[in-house]
Formats: sequence, C-alpha cells, structure tokens
Amino acid sequence: MKKTFGVGIVVMGFLILLPFLYYSQFMINYLTQILITALFAVSLNLLIGYTGMVSFGHAAYFGVGAYGVGILLQKYSESLLGSLIMAVVLAALVAMVIGFFCIRLGEIYFAMLTMAFAQIVYTIVVKWTPMTGGDQGLIGGIPKPPISFLGLAFDIGTPLNFYLFTVVWVIGSFMILKLVVDSPFGAILKTIRDNSLRTYFIGIPVKLYQWIIFVIAGAFAGLSGALMALFISGAYPDFTYWTKGAAPIFMILVGGMGSLLGPILGAAIFNLLTAYITMYTHLHELVMGTVLVIFILGLKKGLADYLLESERFKRWSSSLAKKKPNRIGRATE
Amino acid sequence: MELMKLLECFGSLNCITTQVTSALILGMVLFLVASGLSLIFGVLGVLNFAHGSLYMLGAYFTYTLLTLHGNFGVSVILASIGVGVFGVVFERVFIKRIYSSPLLYQLLLCYAFILILDDLVKLIWGYEFKNIGVPDAFRRPPVKIFQSLIPSYYIFILTVGGVVAIALWIFLSKSRFGKIIRAAAHSSEMVSALGINVNLVYAGVFALGSFLAGLGGVLAGPVRSIYPGMGASIIIESFIVVVVGGLGSIGGAFVGAMLIGLMRSFGIIGFPLIEESFVFILMAIILIFRPRGLFGKKAV
Repeated sequence: MKKTFGVGIVVMGFLILLPFLYYSQFMINYLTQILITALFAVSLNLLIGYTGMVSFGHAAYFGVGAYGVGILLQKYSESLLGSLIMAVVLAALVAMVIGFFCIRLGEIYFAMLTMAFAQIVYTIVVKWTPMTGGDQGLIGGIPKPPISFLGLAFDIGTPLNFYLFTVVWVIGSFMILKLVVDSPFGAILKTIRDNSLRTYFIGIPVKLYQWIIFVIAGAFAGLSGALMALFISGAYPDFTYWTKGAAPIFMILVGGMGSLLGPILGAAIFNLLTAYITMYTHLHELVMGTVLVIFILGLKKGLADYLLESERFKRWSSSLAKKKPNRIGRATE
Repeated sequence: MELMKLLECFGSLNCITTQVTSALILGMVLFLVASGLSLIFGVLGVLNFAHGSLYMLGAYFTYTLLTLHGNFGVSVILASIGVGVFGVVFERVFIKRIYSSPLLYQLLLCYAFILILDDLVKLIWGYEFKNIGVPDAFRRPPVKIFQSLIPSYYIFILTVGGVVAIALWIFLSKSRFGKIIRAAAHSSEMVSALGINVNLVYAGVFALGSFLAGLGGVLAGPVRSIYPGMGASIIIESFIVVVVGGLGSIGGAFVGAMLIGLMRSFGIIGFPLIEESFVFILMAIILIFRPRGLFGKKAV
C-alpha cells in the first residue's frame, strides 16, 4: 500500500512538474488526452483483464459521465467539482442497473447484453433532444467555473491548468484502482476470472463481486467521460455508440491486460497511432482492425505482458526487492 | 395522443394488416441473419460478431451485380452465394485459428473484422448511402389483402424467407448432412471419431450461416438504404433475437425475430419515442425469467 502511494505520488509529481520544465501546447493536450483515454481503458480492463467479464458496452458509462457533467454545468449547476462527482455517481448508478441484469448471465450472453444495453443509452441520447441535443451532441461549450479550494480560485479553462487537473484526477484514480486490484477483493476477482465455478464452491458470492466491480468500472469510465467532455467542451452521441468501444479494447489488447500498466501503455500507443494515421488516411478503423488481428492471431499478448513476464524483467525486479531491507529487520528468506 | 392511435389501429383491419406485414418483413430479414448467427454458434461455439457485416456485404454485392448485370433474380442468387464463399474463406483463414482460444479473443477477432469490413466497404463503394430500389419485375400494382395494399416485393420477401426457413428446418432435421451438423453441435469429438471430417462440417456450417446473412442483406437491399455500418446496427437486433429465442435454436430465432418485428411495428405507432426500448425491455424480462431464452437448451 505504501509502495503504491509512493509510486503514485512520484509519477504525479513528475507529470505536474513536466510542463514547467518543458512546455509545449501540443504535448500538454496530447498528455491530457492519453491520461483520459488511459483511465477509460484501465476501467474496462478491471472487467476484461482482472475479472474475465468481456463487456462490449463500456462506452455507455463513458457517455453517461460525459453527458452528465455537460448537462449539469450547462443547465443546473455552478459547481465544477460537484457536477463532476454527480456525473460519476450517475454513471455508477447506470452501471448498477445494467449490471444487475448482465451479471446473471454466462460470458457470451454477458457480452451481448452489455452491448445491447449500451445501445439503449445511445438511443436515449439521440432521441432525448431537449436534454442532450440529439444527433448534434451537446454543443455550445460547457462552462467551467473556477474551483475554489482553501480560499484559492483555480481556473481549469487554460490547457495547462486543465492538464494539471486531469493529472490529479487520473493518477489519483490509478492509485485507488491499484489498491483495489492488490487487495483481497482484487485477488477474488482474479480467482473468478480463472475459475468462477470453483470460486463459487469455496463460498464466495461470485455474482455480488462481479456486480461490485461492474459498478466500480462504470464509475471510473464515467469519470473518464466527464473529463473528456470538459476537455473538448462538448459531448457527442458517438461517445456512447458501441463501436466506439473499439478504442479501449484496442488499448487493452495492444498494451496488455495482465497489469494496470498495460492499458496505459496501450492508450499512449493508440493516441500516437491515431494522430499519425489520420495524417495519411481516413481509413482509421481499417488500420486499427488490422493491428488487432495481428495481436490476436500473432502475438497473443499485449506489449506490457511481454515486458512484465520476460525473464530479464523478473530478475531485475526481484533483485530490486532483495536489496530493500526488510522492515522488521529479519531476513525474508 | 399516440396511444389512441394504437387503439384505433387495433380497431381497423386495414391498419392491422399493414403493420403485421411490415412486422413480418422486418422479422424475416432478422430471422435470416439471426438464424445464421445461431447456427454458427450452435455448431462452432463461436459467436460471430461480424455476422452483421456479412449482411452488409450481401446488400453491397447485390448493388454491384445489379449495376453490372441488371437481372434481379440472378443477382439475388449470386450475391448470397458470394457471401457464403466469403464466409468459408473467412472461417478457413481466420476463425479456425481461434476455436481453442478464450472467448475474448474470439469476440475480438470478429470485432476487428467489423472494423476492417466497414472500412473496406467505404474504400470500394464509397461513404454515401446507396439505393437499389425495388426491381422492375415487382413494379406492378400492389396486392390487396383485407382492404390494405401490400407491395408485391414484400410478398416476394415473405415467400423467399418462408421457403428458406422451411428448407432449413427440413435440412437440419431430416437430411444426412443436417444430422451430422446437429451431432457436431452436440459433440464434435465423437463425430470426428466416427470418421467424419469435422473441418469440412465447420466450413460448411459457416458457409451456410454466411449465406443466410447474405440473403438477408440481399432481400433487404431494395427496401432499406445501404450504407457502411448497416451491419453494426443489425447485429444488435440479431443478438436480441437470439437472446430472446435462445442461442443455438433455429426455431427460437424464428419466434424471436417475429416477436421483435411485431413489437417494433406496433410500438412505432403507439410509442414512437421509446419504441426501440420496448425490445430491450422484452429482452430483460425474458432474461430474468428464462436466462437461456425461450427455446434455449440448458447447457450452452
């Protein structure tokens, strides 16, 4: 737990200091985008990689978060943090209802159902024009009132400040999620993934665990969506369409689903690749699909999995662990 | 008030006939796609996410054949067979490599092909919507049934769909190859131990399933617009059909498709805004009370 916080705070500190060491508008926007999409991918990986629940409708919660924060700030609320948190709660509630139905089913039905429910969310977004702007999306910009904190006003209107704001939220979320997956709760999730029947036999309420992680994953997807809506100052029906789920699935597969790091690496690669591909062709999905096929049939594992499972890395990390003196002062071996 | 319109509709034979016909058309196309999906899942154990893309290919193939050739009958047959051939190649080159992979990889491979095929279609046929229009042979006065006018092309769809449904049923339950298919769905190892080439059965089933999806696309082509991404929208409806009917059951797919057709066509009169949600509500109710669908077998 200490280690997680240590690493998290070092990473957060580094990312916060980075723009003061070297500033470029492009880099700031790019990093913001990577962080937000990485959070989306990591939240999906809680289901796919850690629990073995293949959800194809994760875009729904991203969309609920995005529309939630946008609508609240445009129509009802003056408080940015309040709206952000409300949007996350809303996404969690939607995930709770949808999850209630989906977790009852075996994996294949689960995949189909999550997708079908995401389609309902999409339909609602498109048809509820007075609230969501329908096909056009939530346009006209989302107001971003300054956040007052300890008597100081922090305005996230500038790219730099928004980047700092995103760093705090996203790295903070990663720290929480790391704690979740390393906890006994997380260990049970992996047990469910490896053999849900046996997990049930040792007296664990499998469905309840699946429901809880489904809601957690939905909440963080909602946070990611809310940050994205604030970042681009709008929300579009595409956010909730199920084929948009391609992006996080791509990130998970390419980055690797065995760790928290994998999807983050995948998000960086995805954003870089997208930026380059769109320079040359509009057939963005053709390239993405082909890369997916190569990974599924050829490599079979994500890049981070290769790295973390390689012998050299294991030796290196175990040598690190040995050097560290034991806290109680006794030898571990 | 829309609800009144629905009640009014129930009061008039004319309106009922019109709506039932459009429900049957929708249901028939859905049945063709969903039965292929269900058949492939039942035998191969692979949920073909890309099945909607095969439906899309069917429609585009018809479009091209019609512009080249002009004869609708020939185009219908060639386009559906073309999709069947495409399916075999797809199965032999890609799908067969992932039979023993975890579910995630199976789904993702098909998913990757949705993306690839959508963009390939854009590359070959362009981004814009295409319209085939009802073929010349069916440009004749509509048929009058119970005082309501039914376009003759609709009758054609219903006839072809009905014939295919019955033929499929007879084929699977009576013919030798059909029996082998059902046996392979039950235990492919046993079938292969009896000296039957299971790979051939798999390829054949994938061809048949693709052919059905292609035929769905071919028949729907003239009455719906054709665009890249039309596969992604029908696949959701087909999933609902097989969830309602039961995965792996052809009869279930038929009942599910017709139910959904009816709900859509009457729902749009009574509740135009939330008509699509009805189908999902139906699905949710069925899943709570019968998690394997109406006709699903216990162990899938």
